[in-house]
Amino acid sequence: MNLALLFSGGKDSTYAGLLAKKHKHKISCLISIESENKDSFMFHTPSISQTKAQANSMNLPLISVKTHGKKELELIDLEKAIKKAKKKYKIKGVITGAVESIYQASRIQKICDKLKLECFNPLWQKDQIELLNDLIENKFEAIIIGVSAYPLDDSWLGRKIDKEFIKDISKLKEKYKINPAGEGGEFESFVLNCPLFKKPLKIQGSNTYGEKNSWRLEVNVK
Amino acid sequence: MEFVKPIEDILKNNKIKFKTLNYKKLNKNNLESSDKIIICGTSLADNDFLKKTNLKKFDFIKYTNKPILGICAGMHILSSIYGGKLKKQKQIGPTDIIFIEEFLSMEPNRKHQVYSLHGFYAENKKYFKTYSFNACPQAIKHNSKEIYGILFHPEVRNKKIVEEFLRIK
Repeated sequence: MNLALLFSGGKDSTYAGLLAKKHKHKISCLISIESENKDSFMFHTPSISQTKAQANSMNLPLISVKTHGKKELELIDLEKAIKKAKKKYKIKGVITGAVESIYQASRIQKICDKLKLECFNPLWQKDQIELLNDLIENKFEAIIIGVSAYPLDDSWLGRKIDKEFIKDISKLKEKYKINPAGEGGEFESFVLNCPLFKKPLKIQGSNTYGEKNSWRLEVNVK
Repeated sequence: MEFVKPIEDILKNNKIKFKTLNYKKLNKNNLESSDKIIICGTSLADNDFLKKTNLKKFDFIKYTNKPILGICAGMHILSSIYGGKLKKQKQIGPTDIIFIEEFLSMEPNRKHQVYSLHGFYAENKKYFKTYSFNACPQAIKHNSKEIYGILFHPEVRNKKIVEEFLRIK
């Protein structure tokens, strides 16, 4: 089936795209929403502008739409972007990286239903440790680019998601109930390389913003 | 995948041996070798299972006494096999429901939040009793068999319903 991938540049949407491809679906385009609201419940925001470089590496067209990020109104911008993909690339459905968030999943389901599109959520309800291990097994190179929960701090920014990371985040799960794959918004990630990429991306520069337990890393990749 | 894998995970976590089959591949042998059957849901856009030729694959339901749990599309199938009608009712997202009696471990007379994702509901008053209603029947049980239908998705936030079904002797 001809599909659009709702793409944030992070591990979940990228891995969802890989799974869709493994199931013989065709990804016709990526859709990214660039939200001005850094605290959006709906969209991932750190380093979102770098999805262009990721799309280039995947050799896929990108529909990038800006939104003010006001609650519920941002969904109108998402719907416009999906409509555009339907018209331009004749998509029959969308793929999302939703794992746990009923808030995100049900809103996207409603948009797809309205536009008469299929909605695929290949990671839905997946065990979060299993998800992290899958990324390693599938040779994902992903780093942390945002944190927003105690006791995570700026020392986690730039950290690779590897076995050591899984060990450390599992300890925080036990002690602080942190969702190990960040499904409660505890952290955000950025994919530098994976089997969908033609070539790995390299960080050319970065800036760090934040305080206490809320930090983001804006990277510039090539 | 997203409607089957979470159910498989519940079975694995409860150390239950299971086999997952596309309903089009159902046959007498694999039905006889199982002691319980779960019919999982499907996406909002998929109504292929309701075609007469496909629905016929589920005729075995009428002739077995094995416990069966039908989730969403699975509930549509259970009701349809016994001559019930499907009616339009779209519910997407969190829904508050109340059970009038205990139903697969769900406590009666208090609010439970469930995850809904359906465009239709099933009505079959002749063969099924309704245990929960919000705009339409949310949970039903066959009048004389261990056949349960749930319109919402218990694999999201309400896994204990599936676990209770697995405990039925």
